[in-house]
Amino acid sequence: MTALAHVLTDSGTMLRRNLRHAVRYPAMLTATIMTPVALLLLFVGVFGGALGAGLNEGRGGGDYIDYIAPGIILMAVTSGCMSTSVAVCVDMTDGIIARFRTMPVARASLLTGHVAAGVIMTSISTLAVVGAALLMGFRTSATAVEWLAAGGLLIALTFALSWVAVAMGLAAKTPEGASNTPMLIQFLPFLGSAIVPPDSMPGAMSAFAEHQPFTPLNETLRGLLTGGPIGDDAAISLAWCAAFAVTGYVWSRLLFRRDPSR
Amino acid sequence: MATNPPPSAIQTVGLRKSFGDKVVLDGLDLAVARGTVFALLGPNGAGKTVTVQILSTLIRADGGQVRVAGHDVAADPGAVRRAIGVTGQRSALDDLLTGRENLILMADLHHLGRAAGRRRADLLLERFGLAEVAGRRAAAYSGGMRRRLDLAMTLIADPQIIFLDEPTTGLDPRSRRVMWDIVRDLVAGGVTIFLTTQYLDEADRLADRIGVLDGGRLVAEGTAEELKRLVPGGHVTLRFADAAALHAAAALFEPAPRDDEALTLQVPSDGGVRSLRVLLARLEDASIEVDELSVHLPDLDDVFLALTGRPRHEKVTTR
Repeated sequence: MTALAHVLTDSGTMLRRNLRHAVRYPAMLTATIMTPVALLLLFVGVFGGALGAGLNEGRGGGDYIDYIAPGIILMAVTSGCMSTSVAVCVDMTDGIIARFRTMPVARASLLTGHVAAGVIMTSISTLAVVGAALLMGFRTSATAVEWLAAGGLLIALTFALSWVAVAMGLAAKTPEGASNTPMLIQFLPFLGSAIVPPDSMPGAMSAFAEHQPFTPLNETLRGLLTGGPIGDDAAISLAWCAAFAVTGYVWSRLLFRRDPSR
Repeated sequence: MATNPPPSAIQTVGLRKSFGDKVVLDGLDLAVARGTVFALLGPNGAGKTVTVQILSTLIRADGGQVRVAGHDVAADPGAVRRAIGVTGQRSALDDLLTGRENLILMADLHHLGRAAGRRRADLLLERFGLAEVAGRRAAAYSGGMRRRLDLAMTLIADPQIIFLDEPTTGLDPRSRRVMWDIVRDLVAGGVTIFLTTQYLDEADRLADRIGVLDGGRLVAEGTAEELKRLVPGGHVTLRFADAAALHAAAALFEPAPRDDEALTLQVPSDGGVRSLRVLLARLEDASIEVDELSVHLPDLDDVFLALTGRPRHEKVTTR
């Protein structure tokens, strides 16, 4: 077997194992779907009137759900990545990774198996959240091509954040810790343009919201799904995805090699 | 396949490992012949687990040479991994998978092929008495069942050399016996076993040779019989009512060590009924009253005391 075939076979084995975990422990998938859906209900059903009215002053038109849905979909992606972080940490603390390391297993597969499973599971939870938003009245103007582009962007982000999540899982000492750190990323879209436009925020906050990675991602997604200008946000978004992916990958590799007895 | 098999399954020369300032292995030399059981005996913190981790390619040594199954662990860890099986101190199972799925996962990672891997998994489940619980998740298994499954996972690809790091720590006596039987069966099948243990009786029952690890080196190595000869041996502790009786007895059993404060005398003895009868007869003849008598047989504590100058339960600190 060539080295590449070895990596692919073992990654496939690890992927099947991780997907089986996700099915056997559905609480994780449920949580990653329910959190964004609950927030959508809260913001649209409870705060929606006031927020929407405030938003429409001077802008005009459109339901509030159409403004917030792309941000919530983005949050479905960031939430999904949290489960990858926990899964990696559980593996490390269980001692099973140490067992794999004494076996003739392609090293790369131990982490790529988690990333692949993370991308698949997060795609499922994100689809579920998109479905929930549509059911709650989210109206999209997207054509098939725009849907495809939006899907591609979300998958790219999921892949990139999954590597960051793997690194966070490796860095965490306990699974509880591994579920806390990614929350910083999980709620980051809210400090961007997900709920309200950044220019409505106070000075320093507004500057942060304007330039943090999730604002161009949010604007690109919003542009694709509800129309409106995208401009260079698409390119900036892809650049952020690449930056996340590279950082997460390099960081993961460093951590994975740091303490091989785990 | 090597056409000219090296004599040792495991060989280390001058193995060294430190963590920061703490020296864990300080020039360890080991040689384990093929098809034998070697027990590495040592107190907690003596470096037993670190030794297994280095031999099983988990961590790298700082210095020295290590050959396992004829391959250098630093130069060709892949070849070593194909030849070994490792059961760590804690059961490393996948709790969300069933027993059978755990074994199939191992088979897949060893590239045994779908049909062959499943056959092998079912065979091992049968052999280790796990067939009935094969479809249950590992999380629901008892301690003994987890150990057995763990060992079955280690055996999935027929390793030539098996490392067992404290395989019976925390097991009840019955499960311990089951583990011992399994180990004996494996040796009968020709594999080499390297086990670590804190229990002398375990090493005594299983091992062809025993190495005693202390301060990062082997302080003794040999068969169980050879090691026991190094130990001062058993003794009888006699306690007396007063100093006069102790004095008289001490004169009788010179040079048995005495303790004037506790009014006790330690007389060397094998603890057998015959020798006790002789001992008591001598006291009787001399008209010495004994308050209390207790028999002490050599055990792990004595081995450690004799070899390291420290009781076993004292944590070893290395310089």
